[in-house]
Amino acid sequence: MQSEVMFAGFGGQGILLIAKVLAHAAMEAGFEVVWIPSYGPEMRGGTAYCMVVISDRPIGSPIIRNPGHLVAMNRPSLEKFAPVVKPGGVVLINSSLIPVRSGRSDVDECLVPANDLAMEVGNVRAANIVALAAFVSRSRILDYDLVREAVREEFAAKAKLIPLNMEAMERGRQAALAT
Amino acid sequence: MAKGKTFKRPEALRDCPTHYCPGCTHGVIHRLVAEVIDELGVRGRTVGIAPVGCAVLAYNYFNCDFQEAAHGRAPAMATGIKRVRPDLMVFTYQGDGDLASIGMGEIVHAANRGEKFTTIFVNNAIYGMTGGQMAPTTMPGQRTSTSPFGRDAAQVGMPIRVAELLASLQTPAYIARQTVIKPKYIARARKAIHKAFSYQLANRCFSLVEIVSTCPTNWGMTPLDAVEWTEKTLLAYYPPGEIKTPEAAEER
Amino acid sequence: MGKILMKGNEAIGEAAIRAGCTNYFAYPITPQSEVAEYLARRLPEVGGVFLQGESEVAVSYMIFGASACGERVFTTSSSPGISLMSEGISYIAAAQCPAVFVNIMRGGPGLGGILPSQGDYFQATKGGGHGDYRLLVLAPASVQEAAEMVMQAFSLAEKYRNPVMILGDGLIGQMMEPVAFPEHLATPPVNKDDWATNGMANRGSQRPNLVKTLYLDPEQLNAHNLTLRAKYQRMRQEEVRFEPYNTEVDYQVLIVSFGTMSRVCRTAIDNLKAQGREVAMIRPQTLFPYPEAAVREAAAKASCRVVLSVEMNMGQMVEDVERSVRGQRPVEWFGKCGGEVPTPEEVMEAVRGLLAR
Repeated sequence: MQSEVMFAGFGGQGILLIAKVLAHAAMEAGFEVVWIPSYGPEMRGGTAYCMVVISDRPIGSPIIRNPGHLVAMNRPSLEKFAPVVKPGGVVLINSSLIPVRSGRSDVDECLVPANDLAMEVGNVRAANIVALAAFVSRSRILDYDLVREAVREEFAAKAKLIPLNMEAMERGRQAALAT
Repeated sequence: MAKGKTFKRPEALRDCPTHYCPGCTHGVIHRLVAEVIDELGVRGRTVGIAPVGCAVLAYNYFNCDFQEAAHGRAPAMATGIKRVRPDLMVFTYQGDGDLASIGMGEIVHAANRGEKFTTIFVNNAIYGMTGGQMAPTTMPGQRTSTSPFGRDAAQVGMPIRVAELLASLQTPAYIARQTVIKPKYIARARKAIHKAFSYQLANRCFSLVEIVSTCPTNWGMTPLDAVEWTEKTLLAYYPPGEIKTPEAAEER
Repeated sequence: MGKILMKGNEAIGEAAIRAGCTNYFAYPITPQSEVAEYLARRLPEVGGVFLQGESEVAVSYMIFGASACGERVFTTSSSPGISLMSEGISYIAAAQCPAVFVNIMRGGPGLGGILPSQGDYFQATKGGGHGDYRLLVLAPASVQEAAEMVMQAFSLAEKYRNPVMILGDGLIGQMMEPVAFPEHLATPPVNKDDWATNGMANRGSQRPNLVKTLYLDPEQLNAHNLTLRAKYQRMRQEEVRFEPYNTEVDYQVLIVSFGTMSRVCRTAIDNLKAQGREVAMIRPQTLFPYPEAAVREAAAKASCRVVLSVEMNMGQMVEDVERSVRGQRPVEWFGKCGGEVPTPEEVMEAVRGLLAR
């Protein structure tokens, strides 16, 4: 069984980071995992996307045309990748920044105002964590507690940010389950 | 086997004839370097780096470990050695085509990083081994096989004063220029080489001694005329002396 | 030992340290600069040497100098940088010094692009620099394999007194996978006192060592080249490595592919199997020496109709595949470059196209 998650947004939104957290949690759960970033000359502000592949056997192609799921943090990302998501996948839309829908009826669309929720907990930069928690809760791709542990570990060096991020996760989880 | 009491072959030189032309100063410079190595007692931890040029076979004459570089790259090799084995005493021995033309990037950056090795820079204003082509240090009007009508500064610029150019870097260094065309100069050159190696052994700074030299064969002169032309023409443009010392740089 | 989630580039840097090499000289170039960034922080922790050189040309000679005095040393770069280092690589091979070069390939020719490519196959396996020399070329297909190959490269370089190249691509460098560093792959450096310029007194010798590449006498130069050739022949006998995939069934098509591209092919082979078509693969793990016999034998299987070399370039390795197959089966090429890695679907399409003929 293999699942693929495309994370996409503006550079600086922490796309690579939440992808890495998910990959890390999957590795801890005993899965095979690959984290594949887009890389290019734009360090900030350009489009950043990152694919995480999780599988119970060695992963072949790291090149995936049709991801199983999509976490879209901005509008260009949604427009670019929503059409290629496999039927039945989760399409998570950061509705704080994206005023449109995916236009797909064969996917599980999940609208989460990630930026607004992050601001409510005190820092808009936690929008990525809100989105990650929402996606994991909705897709059940991994055990939620395991992902929460991975977030904790990611911020281990900046321990004072952990409570805020835990709160961000909780908001994301509730939002995903409420819609 | 009879040898004079005061004139003995340094241990750091092998007992063999060199391939250098009559009137060439490489032999004298080799000897000075070898004498200083002996005097400092560092032959057992010395690594020399031979250039591409007439001195490529220097390792046949020196009696210590040697590496042979590609054209111009000796300072990069010396950097590699000193960084991983700072206990070794390392010198590069380079000509003007090697150092001032193809290897200009390597010498500038090694000097600027303050690499703790010593460069013996033999400047005879021409390419020797390849047969007398124009060098970056060839004098205006000087005829060579690739400047048959004399170096035209309007076309190829003025000769590069390597010592002054390197001395303009802010990083502390010992940079001197001497010559070996007459006995009175030889003692000064020897002293400069001694200082340069001593700075290295004290782990103090990059050091370079430029030695203004002759090439009677490619200049088309007799050895005596070559000495006279060196003194009159080359030394006027490349004046001997200490151009930079680490002490002066630190005082500023 | 637990696995760590690491970028390929970082794993390469860490693997070298674990293998006992703490000397690194490099020049920044995308997509491998993370190696230098990682080691700039990590090497001081282990008392190692990190130096950013002024150019790839200079770096290749820093490697030469350090290697020639007997120390383990390595560098990493990407395609245009390897072109610049190729001068030094020729000298290092000629001087028979051990050193490790990692090429995280990007698209070419010229500046090309910064996305993954396998366009330097010829450069790595057929020369790059001047003269008759060969590199031992290892081609990893995962972050784990990249780490293991880097760890093995140092002892291979010392075994043959020859530069070893790890030929990866932008994806291997940029992607993260779980990685472990098997301790048994770290071997202590061999004694190099018989040739290294490490100071006569330090090795208790009266005889200077000389590291050189100039042989003006034609007989001597010929003899020197014969010595090198004998070494490359020994590599051909002792170091060939490859991985077969799905070769135990009756397949109609044999794919030959290495590195990242081989993973895409593996997925294509799995998908084709599900559709009832059998395709096998030989994945060379050494590109020099090339697994000629393995490719030839796999191609010779009675059920095999055609051999397909799949590469992220315009057809380079296919020449070695043709050489290996020796005309027993038709050999075709499929590939793409510019950074667009062919998808499994495209590989499947290419296979179906061959079978429809």
